[in-house]
Amino acid sequence: MKIIVCVKQVPDTNEIRIDPVTGTLIRDGVPSILNPDDKNALEEALVLKDKNPESHVTVVTMGPPQAKEVLLECLAMGADRAILVSDKAFAGADTWATSETLAGTIKKLNGFDIVFCGRQAIDGDTAQVGPQIAERLNVPQVTYVESLVELGNDLIVKRKLEDGYEMIKLAKPALLTAIKELNEPRYPSVAGIVSACSEKEIEVWSVNDIDVDLTQIGLKGSPTKVKKSFTPEVKGKGVMLKGTPQEVSEQLVGNLKSKHLI
Amino acid sequence: MSRDLTAYKNVWVFAEQRHGEIMPVAIELLGEGRKLANELGVELCAILLGDKVEGLASELVKFGADKVYLAGSPLLSTYNTDGFANAITEMIRTLKPEIVLIGATHIGRDLAPRIAAKVGTGLTADCTRLEIDPEDKKLLQTRPAFGGNIMATIICPDHRPQMSTVRPGVMQKAVKNEGRTGEIIKVDTNLAQNDIRTTVLEIVKEKKAKVNLQEAEFIVSGGRGVGSQDGFQLLQKLADKLNGVVGASRAAVDIGWAEYHRQVGQTGKTVRPVIYIACGISGAIQHLAGMQDSDYIIAINKNPEAPIFKIADYGVVGDLHEVIPQIIEALDKQEAY
Repeated sequence: MKIIVCVKQVPDTNEIRIDPVTGTLIRDGVPSILNPDDKNALEEALVLKDKNPESHVTVVTMGPPQAKEVLLECLAMGADRAILVSDKAFAGADTWATSETLAGTIKKLNGFDIVFCGRQAIDGDTAQVGPQIAERLNVPQVTYVESLVELGNDLIVKRKLEDGYEMIKLAKPALLTAIKELNEPRYPSVAGIVSACSEKEIEVWSVNDIDVDLTQIGLKGSPTKVKKSFTPEVKGKGVMLKGTPQEVSEQLVGNLKSKHLI
Repeated sequence: MSRDLTAYKNVWVFAEQRHGEIMPVAIELLGEGRKLANELGVELCAILLGDKVEGLASELVKFGADKVYLAGSPLLSTYNTDGFANAITEMIRTLKPEIVLIGATHIGRDLAPRIAAKVGTGLTADCTRLEIDPEDKKLLQTRPAFGGNIMATIICPDHRPQMSTVRPGVMQKAVKNEGRTGEIIKVDTNLAQNDIRTTVLEIVKEKKAKVNLQEAEFIVSGGRGVGSQDGFQLLQKLADKLNGVVGASRAAVDIGWAEYHRQVGQTGKTVRPVIYIACGISGAIQHLAGMQDSDYIIAINKNPEAPIFKIADYGVVGDLHEVIPQIIEALDKQEAY
C-alpha cells in the first residue's frame, strides 16, 4: 500500500509571547515543532505499515529550508521517504495555494491508497488544507478521524462529531484527517534516528518538479489576503473585592444577587 | 480567474440541521447575516439541505431568511461531503451569492473547504467577527491565529462568493418573529447515487458530551492554579450549586486534570455564559479569546498581577481553595432567606 502524509512545521504556539510595548508577536526563540495533529497522521500511516510491511510511507511538506527538521523527525519515526517542497514561488500561500502545491506534489508520486493529513495546524487552525487537497486529487475525504480499520479495499472510519461520532465506509484511494484521539504517536527509536541521519535523504523539490498551475500558488495565487493583524483587545473595568475569603464571598454573592444574576 | 464580481448578490447562510433539528449556529448565522444583508441592501437567504426537512424552512423564515433554498433528496438524509458539497456548489454557480457563511462545526469545517475548492474562491476559517468595509463594501473577516495570540482581518478581494466559516457561540442569535414571511424555493440537486463515495453506517450520540459549555449560563472554569484533579471536584461543587458546568484552561487540560471537551479558549470552545468564574486561570490571550464575551467575569487568583483581572468584572486575590467554599456557603445563606 502507498501512503502519503502531509505535514507542517509550526511554531509552538504555547510558547508565543506578545511584546507588551509594540503589541507584536515575539517569534525569536520560539521553538518549531512538527504540528501535533500531523504527528497523529504519520503515526496512523506507520501503524498501517507495521501491519503490512510492504507498505511505503512518503512524507511531504511545503515550507522554507529549515522545515527539513520536521522531515528528519518523520524519517526517524519510521517514514520511508521525505520530500520538502520549497521555493520562493510558494511564499505567502493561503490554504487554496497551499493545497494546490501539495496536491501538485502528490500528483507526481505515481498514485496512492491513502493520503493522511492532520486535522489542522496550530498556527492557523483552519482545517482547510486537507479537504482542499482531497478536492484537487478528486478523492473522497473523512475529517476528524478518531479510529480506522482497513477491510480489503475499504476503510471503516470513525469520525468524531461534537456530540458523538459517525461510522463511515469508503473505498481507497481516500484522504483522511487525523485528530489526537486517533493514536499515541511513537517516539523515534535509536535505530530510527541513525537510519534517518545516515541512510535516508530528504529530497528538496522546487516549483519545477511539481504539477501545478503557476497562477494558483504563493501569495499571487491566493484568493484571500491579510488586510491587517492586531492583538486582541481586552475590556478594562471591574472591581477588586477586598477582605477575608468570607467577606469577599459575601460581597460577591450580594453583588450578583442585586443584579438579579442568581 | 477574472470574473464579473457585480453579478454576485445576496448573503447566504448554511442552515445546518442534524436529525431534523436546526443547529444553534445556523440561528447565529441568520442573526449575523441579517446585519450584513441590511448593510449591503440585499437579501438574506438560507440554504437548507436534507431529506424531508421542508418543515424547517418556515422556521428559517421566522428567524429572518428572506428566501430559503431547499434541496431535498434521500441522498442528503445524513450529512455526506460529496452530496452536500456538490449540491451547494451547483447552487452557488447558478444563483451567485456575494457572501456565504457556514458554521464552523465538524460538519461545516468538512464541507466549506471542499465547496471553496470546487467553486474556485477563498475561504476564511473560524471567523469571530464579520463587518462590511464602509469604503468598498467588501467583507472583512476577522479571526484568531497563532493560538489566539493574534487576530487577523482577511479579505477576498477578487473572487466571489466571499466565504467564511463562523465560530459557533460567537455571533448573536437571530430573534424569532412568528409573523415574518419569506419565500421557500425548492432546488433540484441533480445528485446521483454514485456521486457519493462515502457511506454512513451509523451515527451515535454520546451521553458524556452532555457537558455543553456553549449552552451553559454559568461556567466555573479552572486552570493551573487549581493544582490537581481533586481541585476540580471543588469547582464541580460550585458549578452544581449554580446549576452550571465546569470548564478548563488549556493548561489544565494538557496536564490531564480536565477532559478536552471542557477546554475553553482559542483551541477549545468559545463561550458566552451569564457568569464565568475563572479559578486559578492566569488569563493567557488564547484563553481570553474563548470567554471574554461572557456577561460577567469573576476571577479568583493568588497572583494580583494575573492578566485575567484586567477583564474581570469582579476580582478576588486569594487562594481558590479557601474562597470557593466560602462562596458556596454564602450562596447557601442566600437561599435560606
